[in-house]
Amino acid sequence: MKEYKTITEISGPLVFVEVDEPVGYDEIVEIKLPDGSTKRGQVLESGEEIVSLQVFEGTDELDRNSSVRFLGETMKMPVTEDLLGRVLSGRGEPIDGGAEIVPEDRRDIIGSAINPHAREYPDEFIQTGVSAIDGMNTLVRGQKLPIFSGSGLPHNELALQIARQADVRDDIGEGDEEGEDEEFAVIFGAMGITQEEANEFLEEFERTGALERSVVFQNLADDPAVERIVTPRMALTTAEYLAFDKGYHVLVILTDMTNYCEALREIGAAREEVPGRRGYPGYMYTDLAELYERAGRIKGLEGSVTQIPILTMPGDDDTHPIPDLTGYITEGQIYIDRRLESEGREPPVDVLPSLSRLMDDGIGEGYTREDHGDVANQLYAAYAEGNDLRDLVNIVGREALSDRDNLFLDFADAFEDELVDQGWTTNRSLEETLGISWELLSTLPKSELKRIDDDFVEEYYRGEDEEEKEAEATA
Amino acid sequence: MSKAETAETEDEGRITNVSGPVVEAKGLDARMNDVVRVGEEGLMGEVIEIEGEVTTVQVYEETSGIAPGEPVVTTGSPLSVELGPGVLDSIYDGVQRPLDILEEEMGDFLDRGVDAPGIDLEKVWEFTPEVEEGDEIEEGDIVGTVPETESIDHKVMVPPDEGGTVADVNEGEYTVEDPVVVLEDGGEITMLQEWPVRKARPVERKQTPRTPLVTGQRILDTLFPIAKGGTAAIPGPFGSGKTVTQHQLAKWSDADIVVYVGCGERGNEMTEVIDDFPELEDPKTGKPLMSRTSLIANTSNMPVAARESCIYTGITLAEYYRDMGYDVALMADSTSRWAEAMREISSRLEEMPGEEGYPAYLAAALAEFYERGGRVETLGGRDGSISVIGAVSPPGGDFSEPVTQNTLRIVKTFWALDADLAERRHFPAINWNDSYSLYKSQLDDFFADEVDDDWAETRQWAVGVLDEEDELQEVVQLVGKDALPEDQQLTLEVARYIREVFLQQDAFHDIDTYCDLNKQFEMLRLIRKFNDLAFDALDAGVPVEEIQDVDSAERLFDIPTEENWEPLVEEIDEGLDDDFNELA
Ligand SMILES: Nc1ncnc2c1ncn2[C@@H]1O[C@H](COP(=O)(O)OP(=O)(O)O)[C@@H](O)[C@H]1O
Ligand SMILES: [Mg+2]
Repeated sequence: MKEYKTITEISGPLVFVEVDEPVGYDEIVEIKLPDGSTKRGQVLESGEEIVSLQVFEGTDELDRNSSVRFLGETMKMPVTEDLLGRVLSGRGEPIDGGAEIVPEDRRDIIGSAINPHAREYPDEFIQTGVSAIDGMNTLVRGQKLPIFSGSGLPHNELALQIARQADVRDDIGEGDEEGEDEEFAVIFGAMGITQEEANEFLEEFERTGALERSVVFQNLADDPAVERIVTPRMALTTAEYLAFDKGYHVLVILTDMTNYCEALREIGAAREEVPGRRGYPGYMYTDLAELYERAGRIKGLEGSVTQIPILTMPGDDDTHPIPDLTGYITEGQIYIDRRLESEGREPPVDVLPSLSRLMDDGIGEGYTREDHGDVANQLYAAYAEGNDLRDLVNIVGREALSDRDNLFLDFADAFEDELVDQGWTTNRSLEETLGISWELLSTLPKSELKRIDDDFVEEYYRGEDEEEKEAEATA
Repeated sequence: MSKAETAETEDEGRITNVSGPVVEAKGLDARMNDVVRVGEEGLMGEVIEIEGEVTTVQVYEETSGIAPGEPVVTTGSPLSVELGPGVLDSIYDGVQRPLDILEEEMGDFLDRGVDAPGIDLEKVWEFTPEVEEGDEIEEGDIVGTVPETESIDHKVMVPPDEGGTVADVNEGEYTVEDPVVVLEDGGEITMLQEWPVRKARPVERKQTPRTPLVTGQRILDTLFPIAKGGTAAIPGPFGSGKTVTQHQLAKWSDADIVVYVGCGERGNEMTEVIDDFPELEDPKTGKPLMSRTSLIANTSNMPVAARESCIYTGITLAEYYRDMGYDVALMADSTSRWAEAMREISSRLEEMPGEEGYPAYLAAALAEFYERGGRVETLGGRDGSISVIGAVSPPGGDFSEPVTQNTLRIVKTFWALDADLAERRHFPAINWNDSYSLYKSQLDDFFADEVDDDWAETRQWAVGVLDEEDELQEVVQLVGKDALPEDQQLTLEVARYIREVFLQQDAFHDIDTYCDLNKQFEMLRLIRKFNDLAFDALDAGVPVEEIQDVDSAERLFDIPTEENWEPLVEEIDEGLDDDFNELA
């Protein structure tokens, strides 16, 4: 392999090198610094004479005397089941002092698209034990469902609660015969988070024994930003291997996607590209899709890749390009809300803008329970109505409202108290969630439950309906 | 695409630069828009710029590892699709490679460098001629038919610019490449045509659309109908219901043929269609929906250049079936991803960017695409149409952005999705104040003839009530509902029935998912009947609370999900009379 000492320009994370032999697009390079240390990078554009590179470890200390070696292949992730239990750097190198990893295979981290014809449509319920999710924004195996949060909000707690409680092995759905012996793994990809945050995850994984079925990729806040471009790809390549080669049900938590996108922006700016909205590259949608679309299931294969990416919305603004483009790609989103957080709700999930697009196919008879869909719809409608009235009540006071309006106001409060605010350590079964839901709905008159099939109302409604009381009284 | 393989060529260029999907080559003697083979693996690409001796190519497959010095070879032909029996009941990528064949050849993940013809060249079809020896035939004439699927007869046509005197006709089983009609001048007509995707197929003339594309979606058919041959846009932020609406149209609209283009959206959404459509019944024929459908999928993680082409591939397939005299509906979800693909390629070419980085030709490209829709008299004198329905995904849900704005200038139906409605699970979340249809008046005759003379008038009444509600809501926000005078409270109540009974429609409910025109009309008529009786009662001094409690009005909520709705409508109709008689 030829070594070049022909660096012509260093600019931000980019390096330009003169070459006299052709270099493949996307190829990996190794850069040797005068002091003997090495950095890795990747070809961003390959011309006959000039090749531009992005350097993962950052360009600090690089100079014209550094030498560049093109490795003749694209970036690979060494994969093996032995990765379970290991902590790796954001570039996929072990940092836990453990044994060297002997790979079973080396996989291209770019990954190819799953042929839509080969996909299996996700419809297997995952019980997370969190009512706001299970009841109203149901997660299924193979889904990509991000958490939309803001800085300083407890998104990590929620992700941990889900990882801890998500019982993908214990199917309560009647649709699935196997259960117990299905294998479950967690892949944790950290991008630009603080050491403290990373420790939170690691300690929790250790405490619950989850670490031995986890692989941790860790790019911290003080690690080079460009490295963040490869971290999620390493994580997802490992996830696909475990899922589609080894039959694991893999849950991938990626945090914080906002830091990932900032790194993309930095590279775009360094390349002097025409920027898109708010300075982010025009191809950010496609780039994010290349990550998120790596969730799913494949016909005839055992495993699945479920993704929970976490992002902090700059300024809590969900029209910001990062949450906006994410929402356009993922199969729904869970919102963490600042008001609910300040009121001490645990988890402070705002169900109204939250959504699980795959819910409809994963719930109901044969999957969860026959009344699940109707109950969720009714809870949404009633909570939205009560929530709307809160503004009005601030202006005119409760007395000015009709009895009906007061009922809905009370409903909204009770909904947050009983259903949402379950606590970080409470693990609710779906039956419990639906039970609480019916208790709440039973505070409303039967005639208000228009979104629920009459038969279900008959079976589950527990309220003392006014009309019924009247009817009994006259009887 | 087999076109690319057909022409062998001598002109070989060399790659000089690779940047993502854009590759530059020197020494290539190709024409603009020619399909080329890139690199040792022969990846498929298209010439998009020629400047001096540098030819720029967009590549429809991943370019990792491709290096300067590798060859580029032109095929000498533009990007084309193959047209013939077998287009229906199939799923393609953005350059018409069948995804099921790719799966067989590459496995579960999409690899590169594999080619596959758009339609099966080996399969034999039963050809029944409609011409005989001695007939004079011209471009667009039908020479025979082939039962393509359970529900669709494929019309084999004389390709544009061809024709002559029939010398021989071959009835029976043939492959698409076998001649089925031989002309006296030696010309042959097969069941296979090829057509360059960027060029509209010729027609005799455009015609004014006069019949609605009936969708079974109440808010669409009644309030904002689209014509067969019309154009519509569905803009909305994520999660507001673009895709569900497009799927509903693909399932239930009374088109003969559906071309569904999944452009830069989710893989699972295409899988859903692949899984569902063979199971669902075409409401018109009772046959599997897939028999009238052709799917094109370039999901968001598939190569971006093929996203740019998938829209053209789709509209060309649609034109071909329109030429047979069919009513075709084309859904594109989402046109924004197509526009973004254009933007990405354009910025790699370092073209002068227009608004928000989109190329300056964005408006022209959109107009050209929608313009390929419409109702026409075809070559050969048939009546055919393409209805074009494009989803638009505005960043941040802000409709002032270039793709939405340029689309609005072209389309005549606008279904504006609304995040607020979606959040409160009012589906379809189509905002009735912002949406419009410019086809309403030209379709009124159809509805009067086919459904009821009062159709248009009843619709206007409903629109009026909703407008009034909109104004009243502003007051309610300030003082609460109970502070309003009784007649206004009643208007709010009527508006609530229109919204919750009529406008809301659950796409996932077995019955409610489709609502025929008569049912739509009867529902609105009953709500109006309630309105009239209620206001009479109010005038007669009945308090509004009592009116609101009328039992049979509550039962209006049962109609949407009732399969056997006619008796129920009758019951409620009578019930309303009885209830109000009692009140009086
Ligand atoms: N007509 C409808 N009936 C019931 N639910 C709907 C309807 N339209 C949309 N939804 C709900 O909204 C979600 C998002 O809709 P979708 O069409 O995927 O949005 P978009 O394409 O605009 O992002 C769906 O998953 C579904 O839960
Ligand atoms: Mg969509």
